[in-house]
Amino acid sequence: MRVSKRTSSAVALGAAVALIASGCSSSDDGGDAGNSADGAIVIDGTQPEVPLVPANTTETGGGAIIDYLWTGLVEYPNNGGAPQNAVAESIETTDSKVYTIKIKKGLKFHDGTEVKAANFTKAWNWAAYSPNGAQNSSFFADIQGFADVQSEDPDGEGPQKAPEPKAKEMSGLKVVDDYTFEVTLGAPTAVFPTKLGYSAFVPLPDVFFTQTPDEFGKKPVGNGPVKFVSWEDDVSIKLTRFDDYTLRDKMKIKDVEVKLYQEDTAAYNDLLAGNLDFQQQVPVSALAGDKWKNDLGERAIQSTTPSTGIIAFPMYDPKFKDQKLRKAISLAVNRQEITEKIFFGNRTPADSWANPLTPGAVAGNCTACQYNPDEAKRLFAESSGYQGDMVFYYNADASHKEWMEAVAQSVKNVLGINARAEGIPTFAVFREQINAHKMTGPYRAGWQQDYPDVENWVNPLYVKGGSSNDGLYSNPQVDALAKEASGAANLDEAHAKFAEAVKIIDADVPSIPVYFQGQQSGHSDKIKKVELTNVGEIDITSVEL
Amino acid sequence: MGRYLLRRLLQLVPVFIGTTLLIYVLVWVMVPGDPFAGKCGERPCPPGFVAMMTEKFHLDQPWYVQYAHYMQNLFQGDFGTTFSGRSINDIIASAYPNTLKLALVALAIEAIIGLTAGVLSGLRRNGFLDNLVLVSTLFLIALPIFVIGFLLQWLLGVQWHIVEPTVSNEMRLSELIMPGFVLGSISMAYIARVARTSISENRRSDYVRTAIAKGLPMRRVVGVHLLRNSLIPVVTLLGTDLGALMGGAIVTEGIFNIKGIGGTVYRSITTKESATVVSIVVILVLVYLLMNLLVDLLYAALDPRIRYE
Repeated sequence: MRVSKRTSSAVALGAAVALIASGCSSSDDGGDAGNSADGAIVIDGTQPEVPLVPANTTETGGGAIIDYLWTGLVEYPNNGGAPQNAVAESIETTDSKVYTIKIKKGLKFHDGTEVKAANFTKAWNWAAYSPNGAQNSSFFADIQGFADVQSEDPDGEGPQKAPEPKAKEMSGLKVVDDYTFEVTLGAPTAVFPTKLGYSAFVPLPDVFFTQTPDEFGKKPVGNGPVKFVSWEDDVSIKLTRFDDYTLRDKMKIKDVEVKLYQEDTAAYNDLLAGNLDFQQQVPVSALAGDKWKNDLGERAIQSTTPSTGIIAFPMYDPKFKDQKLRKAISLAVNRQEITEKIFFGNRTPADSWANPLTPGAVAGNCTACQYNPDEAKRLFAESSGYQGDMVFYYNADASHKEWMEAVAQSVKNVLGINARAEGIPTFAVFREQINAHKMTGPYRAGWQQDYPDVENWVNPLYVKGGSSNDGLYSNPQVDALAKEASGAANLDEAHAKFAEAVKIIDADVPSIPVYFQGQQSGHSDKIKKVELTNVGEIDITSVEL
Repeated sequence: MGRYLLRRLLQLVPVFIGTTLLIYVLVWVMVPGDPFAGKCGERPCPPGFVAMMTEKFHLDQPWYVQYAHYMQNLFQGDFGTTFSGRSINDIIASAYPNTLKLALVALAIEAIIGLTAGVLSGLRRNGFLDNLVLVSTLFLIALPIFVIGFLLQWLLGVQWHIVEPTVSNEMRLSELIMPGFVLGSISMAYIARVARTSISENRRSDYVRTAIAKGLPMRRVVGVHLLRNSLIPVVTLLGTDLGALMGGAIVTEGIFNIKGIGGTVYRSITTKESATVVSIVVILVLVYLLMNLLVDLLYAALDPRIRYE
């Protein structure tokens, strides 16, 4: 889950699906090959928070650059479908526990060295080893021996230091030969191959291990379609085509400059003036009255995204123990009106638990997501009721005020509870209270999938101990079904089991899905053809001029 | 004069230490909380990451130990690093010149336009020009700065293509005129008004009447006798304004995509980069103190009646 810095919202402004070819009024669909071959584009971005080390980047600014610079074992198609092999030649398993991964021969890092199996295993071991402090380390928890490379600080922030972990490397990783390695997981996990497309799993060149991570991250060496040229803090990051790249997604243009903006309005004005070729998300101010569509005409790109705006219940608060009360609140929210009035129809009302763009997700499976005032009133009357004010919390440093207030008002109108919305000043303070399980009312949450599978919408959010199950929802039936699903022999079986688990979640209503995120992007006249990736970033390899 | 200067400079030392301590305590103690709470998105950061950072930044020590560490580095000219490992010296070195350039352009624009308008309207009170200045300055004061900024950017940059809507990385002077005008617009209005009042008051004073009676040419009366005396309130305004422009350009910097101090300090506050906040504010304090000193010294140069012993 990458957090967007610009909005401080965890629903990163992301994700688009369909192939978008637009802009060109001439007869052919693509651009001019001659223009493209030496062409350069300027796209918008934000200053990466930390040096560009894949396993240590969790925000969109640096995440986008890492996605350009690296190609993983598998890649996610732009249309949101099932992952396909990229660096991997084959990923084979018989029991979903032991995977034999073969990689293609002759692939090169940008420094000319060859991509070998050990580049993967060493990179993963580095990321998982807790003294290295990688932010994405939890992605490797599936692999056997992960617990042995972790160590916990015995007294938290106290003076004692964490002891050395038991082992330096995970026992589940084994290099067979230069192009083959074997991964043994702690427990069968059918979705593991899908996860391999996430940027935490990319290979690192040998040079990484001879430098400090910060040194490497200032001049990263990847294996993707573009290589790194330069990075001036807060100004721009320059990338150029890697000519020795042999995989499917070769660059059609030559240079890409990522201009690092402080404000999206500044970027938008540059887009209108022709100084910027692509902006992933136009500013909120341009959305009102569809201004952006008038400004950009055919160059406007509207897309839907695999991320959902959610309001979570603090299940640890006795006030919200009653399932009927939770369902009544969810049914009292008029999602249709909120998406139309507040988001100008740029987002769509949520009607399923996993985003419907995700493989394995069932569209419309959230019965608690309907707007049904009568049923809501009936359930509320049957429930234990609610005393006092119901406060909906959100972080006030991004534009959440309007829709959170609309939700509270909707609940107030239908149930007659004294509901209101209250902002917590910053995302940091907000998350701190959530992490400490100190919320006293329903709070804004958001989820953008890390990898396209319904598993990513269940295990982290609704299973006991899940990395983002901050409301501490726990239902043994869900846990059992999710465990079965995760360990299923193949993805179809896994998806069927997850569907069952979601039915129970739907009855329990541990959170309220409110809207599916939409994205509004724009490009310049210069770009004749462009596609967005499955998370809504520009697919720079698709750009034609 | 020399002793006065020395005394003022020595006074800077306790003020400097006092403010850093105060800011440090405010940032670290008054706003407690886990700086890593929002760092990893909608999930808590892995314990390994938190443990490493805690140790690296001495976060497990009491605040006074941290302050001692900070001051120790500061006296060696090292402001420390951000949580992401960037040197704060580098951040300040890259952001400060930009802000300074913008502030100086703004200051020049407000001084030239504001003073000219003020002098002209002060000399011909209730004339057409006077009324024009009064109305237009009222208009500028009434408009919030972001409205002026967005309006000019949209009109001149996007619609008419006279200038680029945002400032490029090279920070050319020609690009800075529009942002500088926006940043200085409100102070410009105040300067025009203060200068007008001051000029029209002094216009009736005895020494001006004497000067005119002596038969001096009008240009000399206004340029030397009248203006020099009337400049004191204007200089006070300009001096403190430079300090304010350096720190308070958050809005303008954002609109025109200028990588300055304002935006940096704002982002550092929201991401709890306390060391950056403290370092930048410390420098701002120094700028304020020095500007005040400069203004005080200028008084003596402008008005012979003012002397420092």
